[in-house]
Amino acid sequence: MGMTISEKILAAHAGKKYVEPGELINAKLDIVLGNDITAPVAIKEFENLGLNKVFDPDKVVLVPDHFTPNKDIKSAEQAKVLREFAYKYNLTNYFEVGRMGIEHCLLPEQGLVLPGDLIIGADSHTCTYGALGAFATGVGSTDMAAGMATGESWFRVPETIKFVFYNKLKPYVGGKDLILYVIGLIGVDGARYMAMEFTGETIKELSMDSRFTMANMAVEAGAKNGIFEQDEKTLAYIEKRAKRPYTLYQSDANANYDRIIEIDVSKIEPQVAFPHLPENTRPISRVGKVEIDQVVIGSCTNGRIEDLRIAAKLLKDKVVHPRVRLIVLPGTQEIYLQAVREGIAETVVQAGGVFSTPTCGPCLGGHMGILAKGERAVSTTNRNFVGRMGHPQSEVYLSSPAIAAASAVLGRIADPKEVDEDAV
Amino acid sequence: MLFKGRAFKFGNDIDTDAIIPARYMNTSDSMELAKHCMEDADPEFVNKITPGDIIVAGKNFGCGSSREHAPIAIKYAGISGVVAKSFARIFFRNAINIGLPIFESPEAAEAVNEGDQIEIEAETGVITNLTRGETYQAKPFPGFMQELISSGGLMAYVREKGVKNG
Repeated sequence: MGMTISEKILAAHAGKKYVEPGELINAKLDIVLGNDITAPVAIKEFENLGLNKVFDPDKVVLVPDHFTPNKDIKSAEQAKVLREFAYKYNLTNYFEVGRMGIEHCLLPEQGLVLPGDLIIGADSHTCTYGALGAFATGVGSTDMAAGMATGESWFRVPETIKFVFYNKLKPYVGGKDLILYVIGLIGVDGARYMAMEFTGETIKELSMDSRFTMANMAVEAGAKNGIFEQDEKTLAYIEKRAKRPYTLYQSDANANYDRIIEIDVSKIEPQVAFPHLPENTRPISRVGKVEIDQVVIGSCTNGRIEDLRIAAKLLKDKVVHPRVRLIVLPGTQEIYLQAVREGIAETVVQAGGVFSTPTCGPCLGGHMGILAKGERAVSTTNRNFVGRMGHPQSEVYLSSPAIAAASAVLGRIADPKEVDEDAV
Repeated sequence: MLFKGRAFKFGNDIDTDAIIPARYMNTSDSMELAKHCMEDADPEFVNKITPGDIIVAGKNFGCGSSREHAPIAIKYAGISGVVAKSFARIFFRNAINIGLPIFESPEAAEAVNEGDQIEIEAETGVITNLTRGETYQAKPFPGFMQELISSGGLMAYVREKGVKNG
């Protein structure tokens, strides 16, 4: 029996020729990641072991991105724990405010995560790196602590669901719409404990930024990881960034899948996930009139340059609806600078929106755009749970940057075509 | 080990934001987190429970974030264990790693009512409903996870095995 790309990566890191779903393995890690919320707990556990070093100071990555620039004294204390740990153990990859980004935008951009890697991160959206053909999965702080100490972690080899996307995408349908559609199809636990492998002719045409968006939200279907096979687009992305060798894997033709789901993308409209679960998806034509108070464009899901370009295209020479606050947060400092160079920042500010520093901030109800009781937001983020962005009686509607930008202009959830003069 | 307490029922897909909202995550102080346990699912929860009580929930309990603050908040609020139809992956790992007893039993999740007196034998996974005179069997853990649990969590296990990182 052949192996899937996920099984091959796990086998290689466990020093085995073959693994199969359900098997428990111990495997070597290429990267261990933490942020300002999860790492302080991990650091406390690590320090209790009484070691004088981490397993590899180049492979432990710390990014203070959730409550930074620090929103209050307590969060400043948490960020300080990371900073001091990074200095004490000579970590190469600690990223300070002003030189950082949202972790899952930053690590691929910096070439720290590469095809064939095995990565754990104390953040559920660590699965983002699957876009590069890596096996990347979210864990808790204790797993991070053990990973920092030993450079290893235990895994249950997951079953794989293969998604085959075919046909051409409609205008304004991208990675976000595809992944929301999939979550709507299989549910928030539809891939629980499993790997989601995204393949097919549509995927070959899809940009890396869109692939990151899709892999990012695999966890919203309960998956352990989301993964793409590498192609020329992956290699073009990696080429200038990789500073160490990497390995390319493909699934075998006779690999074993739990299920194969084929999806004709020509039938998929832009998608919106209604409160309070990412599986509550509707095509834009069935949304109805939903008035909004705030729009957030950014996050580890949709804070990349392609996302900002689409938003800016729709905001150009328009103004944000008088009742709406638009908040745009680029994913990294590099993306920020690129957005300034391309005039995206100016477009957003001219339209009457906020263009601000990279942070997870509003996505998890941290800061930089908290909702009051009864308020509604359209957001390009990944979760719309009760209270996710603020008051327990506020609402979050998840969408692509295109829908978010159009909605900011019209003050209600809107089809991008409604504000695009070029669209018929 | 035997746990005994009243059942507090929750539905499907209870996410980590409901278990511990991110607005309280500017601290990792266990007792501080415990004060806000389940707040967005039931604002009165921490005032209603007494130490030893048990959460009984539907499918996919603990979905969402990787925050270990979620099982920590439950454990330090005094909840002795969680029974659910199924658990989200990261929550499952975190609960085992920090030593919060969890039991997967669709049968118990269906049959138990709010307020029922429940007794759980951790080693065998036998769940007894003292109020209704029924017993349910939780799914057994694989051998390696049993080792983790009996070591007292992942860090204790790592310490037992000895760390060689140089």
